[in-house]
Formats: sequence, structure tokens, C-alpha cells
Amino acid sequence: MSKIIGSVSTSHIPAIGGAIAKGLQQEPYWKPFFDAFPPARDWLHAAKPDVAVVVYNDHGLNFFLDKMPTFAIGAAGLYTSEDEGWGIPTVPPVQGAPDLSWAIIEQAVADEFDVTTCQEMLVDHACTVPLQLMWPAGWEGIRIVPIAINTVQHPLPSARRCLAFGRSIGQAIRAFSQDLNVVVLSTGGLSHQLEGERAGFLNPEFDDLCLNALINKPELLTRYSSHEIVELAGSQGAEILNWIVGRGILGGAAREVVRNYHIPISNTAAALQVLEPA
Amino acid sequence: MSAKPIPGTPVFTGAYAMRGYALNKMCFSLNAPENRAAFKADEDAYCAKYGLTPQQREAIRSRTVAKLIEAGGNVYYLAKFAGIFGLNVQDLGAQQTGLTVDEFKARLQAYSVHNEDVKAGRLTNV
Repeated sequence: MSKIIGSVSTSHIPAIGGAIAKGLQQEPYWKPFFDAFPPARDWLHAAKPDVAVVVYNDHGLNFFLDKMPTFAIGAAGLYTSEDEGWGIPTVPPVQGAPDLSWAIIEQAVADEFDVTTCQEMLVDHACTVPLQLMWPAGWEGIRIVPIAINTVQHPLPSARRCLAFGRSIGQAIRAFSQDLNVVVLSTGGLSHQLEGERAGFLNPEFDDLCLNALINKPELLTRYSSHEIVELAGSQGAEILNWIVGRGILGGAAREVVRNYHIPISNTAAALQVLEPA
Repeated sequence: MSAKPIPGTPVFTGAYAMRGYALNKMCFSLNAPENRAAFKADEDAYCAKYGLTPQQREAIRSRTVAKLIEAGGNVYYLAKFAGIFGLNVQDLGAQQTGLTVDEFKARLQAYSVHNEDVKAGRLTNV
């Protein structure tokens, strides 16, 4: 049986990847963001994860609008990054955990989530930046199951559906036949908006509500429609759906181990939250 | 299903996704360095190859984010087009809000007064 050791939820802003590539972690702009990570890494490395289930959204690397799955589950043996067009460096490939992927797919479909399965899947910055943040020296020995949520083309899945999807994934992990330590990595958010006259909109109060609710009252967030989430968190703040899936995976009662919140990183309210089972 | 509009916030619905398909497809192609080179070498020919509408062609020509969005562009794909010119999301934000880049950054910075409150979870009580 596998064990879910906890969850690390973090923003995945592309500029973070640029800052890592240029070694800017201790520059005044970046320091308040990067300094939150050593305690999160200490926690993570002490928990000895074998697999990271990474819940994120693709930004036009693997998926285009020709085929846009609501929930897509990677089932590849190896995942690679590729040129995203605007200059973020690619990173080394990451090993997959296809046996766990298929266990998750079996459970999700049994629970009536009609997922898309991907035996080939490029992973973009939303998957790789959090890996860089948690394993800055490289991720040898770590395998991943990437799970992509459509937070781009409306209609988006509801927060309620995302929480339920996460719970189904969590059940699959806990019932998996191998003895693995699994960490959940959910990425994106928090509030931000890149387009329109409201570009630059941020909402610390809603972010605070999300962070507080995610600890032990994630159902509170299911009262919001996706449209309301866009209104409250900004267009791209809808990425909180990834965090809600992640919280569903973690399951029962939780304890917050690390929290950081820093405005601004790029156009975004950057956040980090580490939860472990209570 | 129509929901009440959010001021200043284009929501990328199916209507936008259909309207912007050719434009977004062209922008998506710019992931590949050889395609970025082809775009730079002959913008007209490259846009023609993807069948951009006259509105989309004009929006690309004008380098105006608001026009690109109006023509159905999605910001995640448009970012690949903007990248050709070395523009980042602060540049895009400044252009759409009519601010200078420094003013736009200052607007973002102003929200930082709440950082410690959110870190401590004391802005809301759930």
C-alpha cells in the first residue's frame, strides 16, 4: 500500500524558472519568494518521497485548443520539457510511474471521471518549475504522475468536481499495491490576471480565504462557480482548481507545515503551502 | 450558459476559442524555433499560412494586446508571440491598462502591504 506523505502547493510562474537559470535567488526581488523553500524542502526530503503526483495546467506546450481535455493523466515512462516559445530554458527529463498512473486511471474511471490518458505528454513550466523548486539539485530517483486540469478554456471543471476528482486519485494511491511514499505537488495561482483592462488584478483577501480553507475546510471553496473564481482570483487565478484537486488527493484532516505569500512575483500573488496529514 | 460579465475581464469561452482558433494556432506554432524564424523572415506569408482573418492579421500587425484578445487570442498562446519581441507579462499588462511598465509594476507592488497578513492567515476567518 502506498502512503500520501503530504502536499506541496506552489505558484509555477515562468519567471521563477528564469530566476533559477540566472541564479537570482538571493536578489532582493526574489529572496522573499525563494527563502520560503528550504523549510519546505527539509520537510519533503525527511519524508522520503518516491513519487510526486503533479497537478497543474498546461499553457500550450502539450495541449492546444484542437483537443482540450478537462482532466488528463500522464501514463508515460518518461516526461520531457520543450521550448515554450518565450525563452524559459528546458530542464532534464523526469521519470514516470506508469503503473501508478494506470491505477489512478482505473480508479478515476470507476468513480465516473472520464479522463484522457496520455502515454506521451510534454510537461511545461507548470510541472517543471515546482520540481526545480523542490529538487534544485536534480530529481534523480523521483518519479512523477502528471495530471493536467483545464484551467484555460471555459467551461472549466467546477471546484466541487475538482475536489471529488482529487479524492478519487487519493483513494487510488492509498490502495496501490506497491509501498511508495507519494507527495502531491499542486501548482499555479494564487490570484492573478494577465489580460484585459483588469490585468494586474490581485486579491489577497480571497487568497487568504483559499489558504485557510484548504487546510481543513476545502468544501468551503466548492461554493464558488468557476466564473466566480475568475471574478475573485483573476482569469489565471482559476489555477486554484489545481490546488483543490491536490487537497482532494491529500484526503482527511491536515496540518499546515509551511506557508508563504509574496506579492509581487511577475504579475502574481505567489504562494507556498505545505500540508501533511494531521 | 451566460454569466454576468466581469468588468475588464475577457473570459475565454467557446465563442472566443472558435473566433481565435487560427490566431491561437499560429501563436502555438511559435513554440518551435524554426517557426519563430519563419515568422520573423516573412510575417505576411506566415500569417497567410495559418489563415488569419483580416481582424487577426491587423491585430498581429499592430502588436496591440487588446486587439489580439478581441480577435479571440488567448493570453497563454499570445505570450509566445510576445516572446518574439522580448515582451513579458508586465509589458502586456502595462499596454492593456494604459500605464507605463513602471506604473504597472507599482500597482502590483501596492498589494504587497497584505503579504504578512496572508502569511499569517489573518485576513479571513474560516
